[in-house]
Amino acid sequence: MPEQPQILRPQSDRSMIEIKNVTRSYGAFKALDDASLTIREGEFFSLLGPSGCGKTTLLRMIAGFDNPTSGSISVGGQPMEGIPANRRPTNMVFQSYAIFPHLNVEQNVAYGLKRLKLQGGEEKRRVEEALAQVSLTGLGKRLATELSGGQRQRVALARALVMRPKVLLLDEPLSALDKKLREQMQVELRRLQQAVGITFVLVTHDQYEALAMSDRIAVMFGGRIAQVASPKEIYQRPVTRQVADFLGGMNFVKAQIVEEDGASLVVDTLGFGRIKTDKPKAFVRNGGGATLGIRPERLRVLWDNATAKFEVAGKVVERHYFGEITHLIVEIPGLEKPLSVTETNDFGADDIPVGTSIRLAYDPEALVAMAD
Amino acid sequence: MTAAVEGSPSLRMTRARRNALLQSEPVQGLALISPTFIYALILLVLPILVVIAHSFWTQHYLTIDRTFTLENYRVALTEPIYRDLLWRSLYISLTVSLLTVLLAYPIAYFISFHGGRHKSLWLFLITIPFWTSYLLRVMSWKVILGYNGVLNSGLMGLGVIDEPSTALLYNSSAVIITLTHAWAAFAILPIFVSLEKVDRTLVEAATDLGDGPLRSFLRVTLPLSAPGIISASLIVMIPTVGDYVTPKLVGGKDGVMIANAIQAQFGKASNWPLGAALSVTTMLVVTLMAGATVLIIRALQRLAR
Repeated sequence: MPEQPQILRPQSDRSMIEIKNVTRSYGAFKALDDASLTIREGEFFSLLGPSGCGKTTLLRMIAGFDNPTSGSISVGGQPMEGIPANRRPTNMVFQSYAIFPHLNVEQNVAYGLKRLKLQGGEEKRRVEEALAQVSLTGLGKRLATELSGGQRQRVALARALVMRPKVLLLDEPLSALDKKLREQMQVELRRLQQAVGITFVLVTHDQYEALAMSDRIAVMFGGRIAQVASPKEIYQRPVTRQVADFLGGMNFVKAQIVEEDGASLVVDTLGFGRIKTDKPKAFVRNGGGATLGIRPERLRVLWDNATAKFEVAGKVVERHYFGEITHLIVEIPGLEKPLSVTETNDFGADDIPVGTSIRLAYDPEALVAMAD
Repeated sequence: MTAAVEGSPSLRMTRARRNALLQSEPVQGLALISPTFIYALILLVLPILVVIAHSFWTQHYLTIDRTFTLENYRVALTEPIYRDLLWRSLYISLTVSLLTVLLAYPIAYFISFHGGRHKSLWLFLITIPFWTSYLLRVMSWKVILGYNGVLNSGLMGLGVIDEPSTALLYNSSAVIITLTHAWAAFAILPIFVSLEKVDRTLVEAATDLGDGPLRSFLRVTLPLSAPGIISASLIVMIPTVGDYVTPKLVGGKDGVMIANAIQAQFGKASNWPLGAALSVTTMLVVTLMAGATVLIIRALQRLAR
């Protein structure tokens, strides 16, 4: 099958959802603490964070199932305060899918349309169209109980899309599917979003899911938004250790600040020596120390006599085999913690014996400064 | 073959087969239920068989003529008095089950959806009336509905009526009121259970798709709680058709029901075969009515889509 050309919609700069200083407290506990966020029109936006970080609370407040204790939310330029969930221009795909068990697939999808009293077969046409969008054509008469998990998810999607909402909210929609189906659905969801052009807001705790599908991601911890950026920036230039850690492995190196100006930092590290790096926007100096981070795959094993402009020497202390890649744990003199290195197996990294002395090449650009 | 070497192969075979049989699931299941099953057989099925047998016989003062006859059924079905009593019993039990379900549903809904942490406390409170005997509860309705009763004095005190109303007690309405109160808890519990099973996200999904509270209730909560409504109706309907104590105490002559007639045949009138024929007829009619109720509620449930 020939590869379909991916149609990338031009990103609009108009905002679709404005979240301003939203706080939601339950007694003394703040599920969401002064969160502000702008989600653009036609954007695939993800709220990423561990459970209990407030991402679902925020989603439910956009949908209208919960109200902010303070702050405001507007959707499509319209303030949402006092507007009940059934009159908001949003639709939701629930984590449990919430398929009506007493209705068949068609009736489920047509549920929200019934109230609109569409004329002349319009309802049927829209249901057919929605079912086709999620590749469920022909299953309209099936009962909800006769569907597989993946099919139920598609019904939930069709049921929401058929309403043509301004914003589609997805609450961990893929968490109940097995790995293979999940990966397939990630691609499909992204393709669907590009095709319909609706703003998607996805809640997930799976960083790979967020990275693979989103235009932008907001990473949340303990009710606060830690960073909002594109997947690439979030992954490569996390602003805090917490964000860096949540998005996969990261080697942390202690550093001393030597020089600081508006855009850059010069730091001294044991092991990596003196490094000049970009200063992150949110960087707050806390004494003379800082933390540098480097992703394991940004360290490269230097074979034989190969040399690199920047390199560190160390000794392999552990080796873990993962099929296509190998994790090497390399002890570097002067560093308090050994470095973790990910190397693809095409050059034989899986054969490096424990105890070997090796040299690692790195790009100083890959070392990011972070607030602690 | 080891069995052949050790001799008596057939004995070993039967023992093995017997053990396998004893360990099979259906056999173990039957063994498990057999004590209660035998008990039920003796106390339920045998009496019913005796009643059915009697309904085809004839009573001659003290002896019973065991020749087959349909005369009892002719009397039971054609005598106006029995027909009227049966119709009245059906009317009363239908009205009672309808009223009970209508009154019980909001209570069950409230406990299930708004009971919060106190659900079990609410259910506990509902059982409180059962701490006193049924007779006492019926008697207290006499006190409330009677000529000089609470209701009459209250209404007179408020100036709504000038003299005590006799329309409150000793008629079918009194029976309906008393039975509706008495069976309320039996209707609340099954409805509560079925409401508890309604996934709250489904109601949220309905709201998300544009339904207001009333619409989402009618399109999601109500159809999904239909099993509870069905069992509540049946639990109330079936026993109230044959209720005997309530009409006797609060029904007066206008509130007499079929069970009172049956009791009279087995008692004073001493015509067991006719009483038996009346019982069997009632049983059949109740079965038909219960079946019809289930079908009607199912049809309504489909309409709600």
